[in-house]
Amino acid sequence: MATATQREITEPANIGWEQKKRRLLPYAYLSPTLLLLAALTVVPIMTVFLYSLVDNVIVNPNPPEFVGLENYEEVLTNRKFRGALSNTMYFAIVSVVAHFIIGLAFALLLNSRLLSANVKAVFRVIYILPWVFTASIIAILWRLLLNPHGVVNYVMLELGLIPELLEWLSDRKLALNAVTFINIWSGYPFYLVSFLAGLQGIPDDLYESGRVDGGNAWQLFLHITLPQLKPIIISLALLDFIWTIHQFTLIWMTTGGGPLRSTEVLSTYTYKAAFSSHEYSIASTIAMVILAICTFVAIFYVRSQRMADE
Amino acid sequence: MIGTRRQILIRKILVWIALILGACFAGLPVLWMVSSSFKSNLEIFAYPPALIDYSFSFQAYQAVLSDPGQLRFFFNSYLVAILVTICTVITSILAGYSFSRYDFRFKKILNLIIIGVQSVPPITLMIPYFGLIVWLGIYNSYAALVLTYMVFTLSYAIIMMTGYFNTLPRDLDEAVMIDGGGSFVTLWRILVPISLPGIVAVGVYTFMLAWNEFLFALTLTRTNDMRTVPIGIHLLMGQHSFEWNQMLALSVLGSLPVLILFLLFQRYFIAGMSAGSVKG
Repeated sequence: MATATQREITEPANIGWEQKKRRLLPYAYLSPTLLLLAALTVVPIMTVFLYSLVDNVIVNPNPPEFVGLENYEEVLTNRKFRGALSNTMYFAIVSVVAHFIIGLAFALLLNSRLLSANVKAVFRVIYILPWVFTASIIAILWRLLLNPHGVVNYVMLELGLIPELLEWLSDRKLALNAVTFINIWSGYPFYLVSFLAGLQGIPDDLYESGRVDGGNAWQLFLHITLPQLKPIIISLALLDFIWTIHQFTLIWMTTGGGPLRSTEVLSTYTYKAAFSSHEYSIASTIAMVILAICTFVAIFYVRSQRMADE
Repeated sequence: MIGTRRQILIRKILVWIALILGACFAGLPVLWMVSSSFKSNLEIFAYPPALIDYSFSFQAYQAVLSDPGQLRFFFNSYLVAILVTICTVITSILAGYSFSRYDFRFKKILNLIIIGVQSVPPITLMIPYFGLIVWLGIYNSYAALVLTYMVFTLSYAIIMMTGYFNTLPRDLDEAVMIDGGGSFVTLWRILVPISLPGIVAVGVYTFMLAWNEFLFALTLTRTNDMRTVPIGIHLLMGQHSFEWNQMLALSVLGSLPVLILFLLFQRYFIAGMSAGSVKG
């Protein structure tokens, strides 16, 4: 501050310039980010929106024609779209709930006072392991395990859990549950890690006074642990829901949306509409619907973040 | 915990049983993948299955590592991931500095947009990207991948970097400013050196996101010499003869960079994982 006042006295002509520079400086630091986001997020989203309002875009030789919301009507009343939407919702909701339960169970286990720090460190690495692998490798891994002649079928048959060898990923009745299971396996570590951090932030006095009041372990969990973790749970679940809706690779590389569209989700449906059928208007319309769903959830996410900040 | 020795022992046994069951759920699939990559292709689905059988060999790894086409996937993946990491780290340091140290008119709304970018589905962006990248003349090039990957690495990186700068006291940079250093000098000489842990966290996390990317790499590259490891695995799967052991060897080799980074920088990784969710 001292230098600024000095300069004002000695160099009166530069006041305006200095002030302007000061005001523009934060934008200058942000300029690479803003440029990139404008070119690769804002403009593309407006382009998709525009595509969704016209017919005959990109590959069609006929001139583009403005059709208003007709594409939306066509998509929303389409049976395939509804199938993909309900598969997506099933996939996302079951994944989020299972991620939460497994992540919390493992976090509580790793937080147990009965284990030494070294044991915890080793098992923490093992428990986070699924998260290290990329979706295409997870897809290979589970195609190996869930192959009709694979080890999962062998073990389950030997234990008498299944009557015959099952085609986990190519049976219409099993495939959606199978890919959901794979997604559950690959995604829970994200919760585990956040819950571990959250559990360490709960002050011991809370448990002490809870015990003095005669609470048992279950009551302590229900009345202290869960309420204390609530802000983390809400933001994790919302973010995970959005990410699961984004999921493309895992389904594309395990089932490709099949058999008979039984695992078709909105992202694979969009991809096929764009790159197999070349119906870019329809693909853009579905892409806008996905964006709308994610934005809707994101509003709640941002709100929960704000509340955590205050 | 209140209880007799016997009760504590029983509790301990129960905890250990749960711990080992959990480890089987998380670890056995991975173990099976690794062990299968050492089998011959004929023995992958042998009945009854064995973790290690007579066909144990490094043959699949030799096949992958002696194939220039597959080595190229690794070269591409490393190059793209490293470029994305460097560009993301620099851009996010500048943006994080701005958000952490300045108050300006559109700060709130810009911050909101950057958080919001996380929720934009990649599949929505993919349709216009194809046209845009072709129009820019960078279809099937490294530039196309680096630019598009940065869209989703940048928002995490900025959130993490801003959070890290916020933990550093402002007196530090004000002292340098008074000594006559400009804001850029302050950032580079003072904030960046003491923010190294935060920068490493951002870098490691960015590298992982870039190494794992699939959708943009699939749609924005065409020739095999531009493909990355995840796409290479996808291509191997599409071949007529299913070389399972080679595919698994490629998968294991493809996981090593992230696994090693994870083991070395566990703490930073975990910081990265929870940065987007726990505190925005």
